[in-house]
Amino acid sequence: VGVVLLVALAFAVVVAVAMPLLREPTAGDRIAPIDDAARARLQLREDRDEALAALGDLEFDRRTGKIGDQDHAELATPLRARVAAALAALESEPAPPGEPTAVDQPTSDAAITRE
Amino acid sequence: MATLGRGALVLALGIAIYALVIGAAGAIRRDRRLIASARNATYALLAVVLVADAVFLGAILRHDFSFTVVSETSSRTLPFGYLITSFWASQAGSLLLWVTVLAASAALVQRTNRRSNGELMPWVTAILGGISTFFCTLLVVAASPFETQVAPPDGAGLNTSLQNPYMVAHPPSLYLGYVSLAIPFAFCMAALLAGRTDARWIVSTRRWTLVSWTFLGIGMLLGAHWAYVEVGWGGFWAWDPVENAALMPWLVATAFLHSVMVQEKKGMLKVWNVVLVSVAFALSIFGTFLTRSGLLSSIHAFVSSNVGFWFVGFIAVILIGPTILIIWRLPLLRTEHRMESLISREATFLFNNLLFVGLAFAVLWGVMYPVISKNLLGDEVTVTTPFFEFFAVAFGLPLLALMGIGPAIAWRRASLRSLRATFGIPFAVATACGVLLVLLGYGTSPAGVVAYSLCVFVTIAIGIEFARGASARRALSGVSWPRALGELIARNRRRYGGYIAHLSIVLLVIGIVGTMAYGTQHEQTLRPGDVLAIRDYRLTFTAVRQESGANFNERAAVFTVTRGGEKLGTIAPANRFYPIAGSPDPQRSNEAAIRTDWARGEDLFLILDSVRKDGSVTVKVLINPLVNVLWLGALVFVLGATIAAWPDRREARRIARRYAEEPLAGEA
Repeated sequence: VGVVLLVALAFAVVVAVAMPLLREPTAGDRIAPIDDAARARLQLREDRDEALAALGDLEFDRRTGKIGDQDHAELATPLRARVAAALAALESEPAPPGEPTAVDQPTSDAAITRE
Repeated sequence: MATLGRGALVLALGIAIYALVIGAAGAIRRDRRLIASARNATYALLAVVLVADAVFLGAILRHDFSFTVVSETSSRTLPFGYLITSFWASQAGSLLLWVTVLAASAALVQRTNRRSNGELMPWVTAILGGISTFFCTLLVVAASPFETQVAPPDGAGLNTSLQNPYMVAHPPSLYLGYVSLAIPFAFCMAALLAGRTDARWIVSTRRWTLVSWTFLGIGMLLGAHWAYVEVGWGGFWAWDPVENAALMPWLVATAFLHSVMVQEKKGMLKVWNVVLVSVAFALSIFGTFLTRSGLLSSIHAFVSSNVGFWFVGFIAVILIGPTILIIWRLPLLRTEHRMESLISREATFLFNNLLFVGLAFAVLWGVMYPVISKNLLGDEVTVTTPFFEFFAVAFGLPLLALMGIGPAIAWRRASLRSLRATFGIPFAVATACGVLLVLLGYGTSPAGVVAYSLCVFVTIAIGIEFARGASARRALSGVSWPRALGELIARNRRRYGGYIAHLSIVLLVIGIVGTMAYGTQHEQTLRPGDVLAIRDYRLTFTAVRQESGANFNERAAVFTVTRGGEKLGTIAPANRFYPIAGSPDPQRSNEAAIRTDWARGEDLFLILDSVRKDGSVTVKVLINPLVNVLWLGALVFVLGATIAAWPDRREARRIARRYAEEPLAGEA
């Protein structure tokens, strides 16, 4: 019984593993690498999100009294500039179909506070 | 059925090698068909390993002693729960458990990433296949659970120390912790191989790391409680090599959990995070190696074997591989930003990282020094508790302080004025508390006074954090205080779950310091009617009682307990004797008797050392102050970790949008 079960198990494994290889290959089987433009957009989105998160943290720290208004203003200004630069760069070139645009993301301090 | 079990393991080895080779080929050639085939191999690996598990578990439950391992670790009289425990009592069984958890984790990773991480997943498949290959090789070549023999009438039974309810959950919990560290490691290596050194791999494995960390923590706490109630020396942590083996990856994983936040928020510490995740995984393999190699003398070294060289080789691969990849990808790992101030949250994270890693390596040195000394210097030495306690105090106290400072300090930069405003009250109350403790006579342990003062500091600092956060939330939405607190935690689970975890560590420290610094112990031989006095307790020895259990005989010394003239009841520490088939000598275990006083938080703890023919007994009595706060801390730890790891749909949507342009490996 053990041997029969083992053979059946091995057969099932071979079928499961071989299944994707048995169909005819198509042109879509090769995954296109991320091109430089897409990689740059990804970097911009990360930069935007990082700066937005930092602005959110700053706002929270101000509200909870960890930093004063003056420190908040000093630290927030370059972060806002980073967000603006990232958004401007993202909006300057059209995103591929299906890809979110820059405005899908929270872009204002009010939105950050809501988040 | 042994044939099926053996065959399933050979098949599992073949599938793991296939996943490694074809996963890597798919990643290099960017071929969806190869990638899909490797992914199916991951699922197949889980199915085949489950078949091997079923065969092994079936043999245990059927008392099929023709399986050598089953006869060595179970018997016909073993209760059902401990029959399950015997699955992982042997080396082969525990390695099978390792492979099962790994295969299940790998399958879960495939399932949850089927529509994301197209660039990383083929490499993740290959790396997890490689790790599975190592463990399947061990099971096929060095430690098979399916070796057979002529069946004896009964088995040798389970090691008596393992016959404890905690042992049902302790090893699987630790193994879940050890094994799931493979997932962040695999993603990290995949990121280096694919040249994706952005935050993608960290975002994808954040919860896996938390889960690993949580299970390692739960495993250690369950083990500590097992040691406390079962091993019978009155403590819960002995700095045993195998305990240390679980502590080291936990310390490094804790450092990693903090440093990933710096990478996510500031794009810094990229190399450091790769090093941490590699070291944490290497230490998890080292922990498995220590438990199973018999290299070091340990209460946990239930078996010794020849798998040591395999593990040494594998650990070398884990350390050398990432080193080469880091050097290769160094240009991509350069930090994008600089730290703005040493008085900032990210700076406290950096300091805590140095302390965590320093402590982990101090413990590692303590574990390995006897081996190094014996083999290189020919000198047999042991590293004892004072060595470890020195480093635990030296690194632990600053870490405790940072637990209060970190959450309350601002990101990026904090001014001295805001520091005074933030820490003025916690510091003043903590200082007052320290002075009060000294005045009350607790200055006998300066480290204890400092630790308790810091516990007060951390608790108040975190309490203020919750209050300020809830106040800000309330100001924003106008809801009630409880709702504001609930919303605050729900909307910032990672942050406030982390703070609750910090509070759990405070409770753990209170329990540990209470027992270690302010405990009392006394050993005495008594005849019936004799009285033992310890602090305000009086214990009167009445008689020796003999009883029989399901698979043991018990001998207990009965004491009546009074405190301040009030009778509190009886307490009976015992020895149990488990008959072993074919052996004239039974296995003995100590059954400590513990009387918990919840109001005081202390335990009266009795261990029966020996019983003489004249009816006299020798007992060891301990009073462990605040030890129960430690177990309460364990529950809070689980609560904090669960909140921190709980999925957040808003965050998931944000991440999905950010990485929407990634290619998908797709369903071929």
